[in-house]
Amino acid sequence: MIWPVDLIIMVLVMICGIGAIMVRDLLGAAILFGAYSFMMCLLWAIMGAVDVAFTEASVGAGVSAVFFVAAVFRTSRRTKD
Amino acid sequence: MESLLTNFLAKYNYWVYIGLVMIGMYAMIAKRNLVKKIIGMNIVQTAVILFYVSIGAKKGKAIPIIAHGHENTGHHAVQALDYISPLPHVLMLTAIVVSVATLGVALALAMKIYHHYGTLEENEIASRINES
Amino acid sequence: MRKLALITVLLMGGLLFYGTPDFPSWGDPQSPASLHVSPYYIEHSVEDTAVPNIVTAILADYRGYDTMFETAVIFSAGIACLFLLRVYRHKSARTRLYRHNLTGVTLRIAKGGKLPEGSAEFERIDSHWVPYDMIIRVTSRLTVPFVQLFALYVIAHGHHSPGGGFQGGVIFGAAIILYAISNDLRGAFRRLSEKAALLASAAGVLIYVGTGLLCLLLGGSFLDYSKLAGILHVDAIMARSHGILIVEIGVGLAVMAVMVSLYYNLSSAGRHDEGL
Repeated sequence: MIWPVDLIIMVLVMICGIGAIMVRDLLGAAILFGAYSFMMCLLWAIMGAVDVAFTEASVGAGVSAVFFVAAVFRTSRRTKD
Repeated sequence: MESLLTNFLAKYNYWVYIGLVMIGMYAMIAKRNLVKKIIGMNIVQTAVILFYVSIGAKKGKAIPIIAHGHENTGHHAVQALDYISPLPHVLMLTAIVVSVATLGVALALAMKIYHHYGTLEENEIASRINES
Repeated sequence: MRKLALITVLLMGGLLFYGTPDFPSWGDPQSPASLHVSPYYIEHSVEDTAVPNIVTAILADYRGYDTMFETAVIFSAGIACLFLLRVYRHKSARTRLYRHNLTGVTLRIAKGGKLPEGSAEFERIDSHWVPYDMIIRVTSRLTVPFVQLFALYVIAHGHHSPGGGFQGGVIFGAAIILYAISNDLRGAFRRLSEKAALLASAAGVLIYVGTGLLCLLLGGSFLDYSKLAGILHVDAIMARSHGILIVEIGVGLAVMAVMVSLYYNLSSAGRHDEGL
């Protein structure tokens, strides 16, 4: 648990999380959500939870992001807030 | 002051967990778009998983996979103190799979609402319900 | 409304913050999560089940009941998405586009119309059709078999390395979704139809529950894999290891089929004719 790496990844997690709910373009929000999932997966791999990190990498950043993009494709892409 | 600083440094993963729960809850309550609310729900779920995983971690110990475990004869006794606790990992595997199931159903509901009312913003949906 | 939400969220954050001095420090070996039951699991996992990956052993053997219901949860999520989105209309209920490959002539057939005579060489294209892209087609054709092979490896090697049923099932489903995105959705339907996906997801849950029922019929309690030793002709410890493998295969099958079925319903909005 090297603390500089931990600090950088935690800062990136907060930035991706805030960015995913603040952007006006829903496709950008879906991609930022995929990046947030990847950063969480790295964080758990550092803490030693290798099975959980494997599952989150395949589920959160693989399949969840695709579901979001498919749903945005079938509904509208712009949002007012 | 010194003990406050060591207290802060010893528990910095909990500040990240609290920050993420606040971000996710704010997105679920205050945003008007349905897809943003669903993103907020997923952020809260992953923050809770982070909390559970971090209470099972130990400094400098091995991951919960026993090396040389397939030798049946003369295996040395396994010390529980050498490995991190695997029980939170098991519970969180179930939580991740349940979160993707909920995400699928939530997105299907959002699509159905869009086909019926033509918009995904919640104030416009409420006004269209009040008109009809 | 936004100010109220902000105040509520800050209040909740403050209350959680107030509770943090009671939490264990990060990296503390004496935290309550590591004290009561998990030392038993760590010390006795290899001699009880011959599986070095402790997380897989706990997930499929010691806490197998939870995993069975979680497989049922993901199966019911696939069925719920089917109920919400699936519409069964006739194929001629929307405007369709047909294109001749060699000359590039495109026909647009209106709602309820039929394809004219002698146009068997025209093939159906999506409304958002792009020309043939060699890089995407060749790369996906090269990558998909290796991703599927890796998914099967992750399921089978879950005893010794991080992995197991869920991860392998999701990766297998992601390979099929990759094929459906790079080629047509209709090509993916030809290879894995909707009926086959739903049958596979039900078969996965059936494998899990059936293994537990088989152990019940052989004289033990529900999901007690050591009673499978008579059928498999091994001793009781290896029977538990093989029972874990059978159950993980069931879980992987169910998860793969549900991921594919969710993608089919979400990307075509229930109509199953054209997609992303």
